Amino acid sequence: MNILEFTILVAMGSFVAGLLGSLTGLGGGVVLVPLLTIFFKVDIRYAIGASLVSVIATSSGAAAAYVKEGFSNIRIGMFLEIATTLGALCGAFLATVVSTRFLAVIFGLVLLYSAYLSRKPRTAEQRNLPPDALATRLRMNGSFPSEEGMRHYNVQRVPAGFSLMFGAGALSGLLGIGSGAVKVLAMDQAMKIPFKVSTTTSNFMIGVTAAASAGIYLNRGYIDPGLSMPVMLGVLAGSLLGVRILVKAETRVLRLVFSLVIVVLGAQMIYEGITGRI
Amino acid sequence: MTRVWTDRKIEDIVGNLLISGVLLSAFVVAVGGAIYLIRHGLAPAGYHVFRGEPSDLRSLPGIFHSALGLSGRGIIQLGLVLLIATPVARVAFAIWGFAEEHDRLYLTFTGIVLIILLYSLLGSGSAF
Repeated sequence: MNILEFTILVAMGSFVAGLLGSLTGLGGGVVLVPLLTIFFKVDIRYAIGASLVSVIATSSGAAAAYVKEGFSNIRIGMFLEIATTLGALCGAFLATVVSTRFLAVIFGLVLLYSAYLSRKPRTAEQRNLPPDALATRLRMNGSFPSEEGMRHYNVQRVPAGFSLMFGAGALSGLLGIGSGAVKVLAMDQAMKIPFKVSTTTSNFMIGVTAAASAGIYLNRGYIDPGLSMPVMLGVLAGSLLGVRILVKAETRVLRLVFSLVIVVLGAQMIYEGITGRI
Repeated sequence: MTRVWTDRKIEDIVGNLLISGVLLSAFVVAVGGAIYLIRHGLAPAGYHVFRGEPSDLRSLPGIFHSALGLSGRGIIQLGLVLLIATPVARVAFAIWGFAEEHDRLYLTFTGIVLIILLYSLLGSGSAF
């Protein structure tokens, strides 16, 4: 295969990954690395570098749309970014010392877990919680436009959310994914932030988190321009199109199919990691 | 009320900043990609073996030098640096916003995040 053919195929695959990722809300990065390593036989370190770059592109593109709607909370985002960027640095350093087999197995486990999370029914939102002392001191409580007008919320359990965010950052730096699922888990489940605010603030944070590890990947020579070019352009185009058609599309079946694909890819990554083929 | 108004204004500017950064970097990457494909499109592709990038595609001075020499790979890499710089610019901008609001607590938090990002982009190469 020559470079031109390789570039076109990778761009098409990335476009589909970006489209499905944004339609299902599960993110394109999560299937990119398995796609590149299993089907295109790319070394996992190059794949993670390229994926990280595409994560910055899609999250910044989407965040630009969300931030104007007034759902995201810039203070919660900024405070938690201390945890995610520190975690991202640790994850990126770890990625440079562990074996590629270990990376493949961890990646597979994360895929299986995110498929499980996407199928789990969401617990009902708790409203009108009392203000928490720490969250109040940090001025995190806010309000957002809902159907019933502006709705106020009080943020809970800041330390638990902060620790989970460190883990989300470390996974992002280690595997080159946005780990939006863990970020939403931290904000929505631990800190009891309304779902709409959690998802948009998480999207806002993904780009900053990925940038923290991307610098290290760049300095280590893990970001290859020839590979990153079709991946970044393909994922960006796919996710921008996905956002456009999202309003009209019926995503329930799509989500189910996509979670099954993620399970298969996760099992394959673990198998190839254990048998040493990655 | 002033604080809320400033927050919204900041959010609007941040939104525009993000989208411009992404579009600009995608454009630069596409230009570099076209040059790269025209020159090397028919060479065999090989990403199976990890070699690591040469030093002129790893460090900021090397990337600028390579892009100025109109190397396709150098221009793509410059576009990717612009992309990585977009969230960094967003954080730097938030510092300005919190300074306007005299919010010293969040000025500190944002400063910490900016230092971590700059360390990763500029300082992490020499450490090893």
